[in-house]
Amino acid sequence: MGRYIAKRGVLLVIIILFVSIASFFLVHLLPGNPTDTILGPNQTPENVATVNRELGLNKPLIAQYFIWMGHVFQGNLGQSFTTHQTTASIIRQSFPIDLELIIFSQIIAFAIAFPMAMAAAKRPNRLFDQASNSTTFAMLALPPFVIAPVLVLLFAVHWHIFPGPASYVPITENFWSNIHTMLLPSIVLALGSIVVYFRLLRNDLISTLQEDFITMARSKGLSDRRIMWRHALRPSSVSLLASAGVTIGSLIAGTFIVELLLQMPGLGYQLISSVNQDDYTVVQGITLFVAVAIVLINFIFDFLFTIVDPRIARE
Amino acid sequence: MSSVTAGTGRLVHPTNEAFADIRGEIEAEAAAHPTKKRLGVFFWICVSFIVLVAALATFANLLPLPNPDLGNYNSVQNGGPGWGHLLGTDDLYRDILSRLIYGARVSLVVGFGGALLGLILGGIPAMISAYRRGRVDTALNTGSYVLLAFPAIVAVIAIVSFWGHSMFKITLIIGVFGAPLIFRIVRASTLSYATRDFVLAAKALGASDTRILVRELLPNIMPTIVSFGLIVVATIIVLEGSLAFLGLSVQPPTPSWGNMLNEGSSLLTGAKGQTNFWLVIFPASAMFLLLFCLNVVADKLRTYFDVTEIKL
Repeated sequence: MGRYIAKRGVLLVIIILFVSIASFFLVHLLPGNPTDTILGPNQTPENVATVNRELGLNKPLIAQYFIWMGHVFQGNLGQSFTTHQTTASIIRQSFPIDLELIIFSQIIAFAIAFPMAMAAAKRPNRLFDQASNSTTFAMLALPPFVIAPVLVLLFAVHWHIFPGPASYVPITENFWSNIHTMLLPSIVLALGSIVVYFRLLRNDLISTLQEDFITMARSKGLSDRRIMWRHALRPSSVSLLASAGVTIGSLIAGTFIVELLLQMPGLGYQLISSVNQDDYTVVQGITLFVAVAIVLINFIFDFLFTIVDPRIARE
Repeated sequence: MSSVTAGTGRLVHPTNEAFADIRGEIEAEAAAHPTKKRLGVFFWICVSFIVLVAALATFANLLPLPNPDLGNYNSVQNGGPGWGHLLGTDDLYRDILSRLIYGARVSLVVGFGGALLGLILGGIPAMISAYRRGRVDTALNTGSYVLLAFPAIVAVIAIVSFWGHSMFKITLIIGVFGAPLIFRIVRASTLSYATRDFVLAAKALGASDTRILVRELLPNIMPTIVSFGLIVVATIIVLEGSLAFLGLSVQPPTPSWGNMLNEGSSLLTGAKGQTNFWLVIFPASAMFLLLFCLNVVADKLRTYFDVTEIKL
């Protein structure tokens, strides 16, 4: 097990190194340069030279990368050209919104997917199973950018059940109105997760329930409820945990979409507005932060995975 | 998980008594795997929908449609569905049906083009790598893990915002990011065949590596490539749609379903306080139907070819 984790650790370092190189060179190797963007029409050779010197763009690229990484390790991700706010402070302000959205959506998703999967797996191929199976299959074709505008149209604009765009309230200001504004975007994000969790858990439960130890438990006279919760659930949640990494990746895309749609100043909203203003240091900083966060979360889930199912590490 | 129903197709029974035990086996086999495999009507409905969308998008210029990029200022702004404009108009007086049909081009070209590019960049190395094994295979395998760990949406947003938004560039970028996924699918599938006896037999007959790859392995992994490939197409269409929704795909006035949803969702409440359903409902439905049909076709093909879930 120790060896397995060490191996994953090495892979993690390689991945983070790759992510940092990619985030850095992404901006520098592509056509168009930041100096042009910053100066716009006020380009004179002197201006160009000053800006290049200020940004350290006159140094060789490799040197620039190490300087940048040195700053990153000190928590300095540069600052915005337009607002002169530091990237680190932008991230500190907006990241809690993404975190809250993700946590809420996952609570909703688990609360719905688990009971649904257990009910479906109890009687495979019967009415409830078939209905929930085909519903979730159809929902596979409803990514956030399709379902979010429709739900906002119906529940916020037409029926006024939830607040519409640009009504975000920080949780520190007013707890209940924060929850109220967070509910609709969290439901949108939860829908995608429900589909994945339900399908994985249902399939695994059905195959687990056919194992000998379940027959054994039944013959001991244990109740169905106890068998489901105490015997079948844990061995069946392995692929669910394994999928968590992929789910986090797609959740990020989803948060970007709901944030832009509802104008909530989270990381995605900040990223897109910096992209639209060609604010390259902020784009670079947020890209690096989000990518490293996702990679770390994946690593943590991998680790949890080996605890739930120690066989993985031995393979 | 599909239910296994007993096969109804009767086999011609060998009359000789000596075959009695074999006959039992054959019958058991027939019961476990129905001899008549069918794709079903639903499959063909979905295939026809995809073909219809592709045909409309291809021949959009020949259809009697108003210009998708230019509004007719004599019609109603944000007008609801009606005889003049079957699916209504948007805030620039443009016909929504026409924009939907032209917009399908973006989804289809990026989706299928990106998947094809990913197949060339990821699939071919995967086959060779899985067949040859060795250090290069280990390195490529680790490399694909590393690339897959990088969240595609973030990377694509960053690249597109610095490089440009043309349909060609978007297809290129998404195709490159799709390559590691296809690499893993093709590699896993090739691995499961590369050590089989028929490959060994071909080798013993003196077949060249190229021949083994093309004539022996490729036909066997084709079902996997096609059914998983369609899922990749759907995934890429979603990625492009998300980008377009964020305003980072093809730029206005060129329509795409993603940017129609984006523009529509900022204009939900009309000037007279009415709700402009059609601005959002039609592009959303089009996207849903296309993705749903791709998923159905992929799913049915997987059952039909009996492609087992592969471990990525």
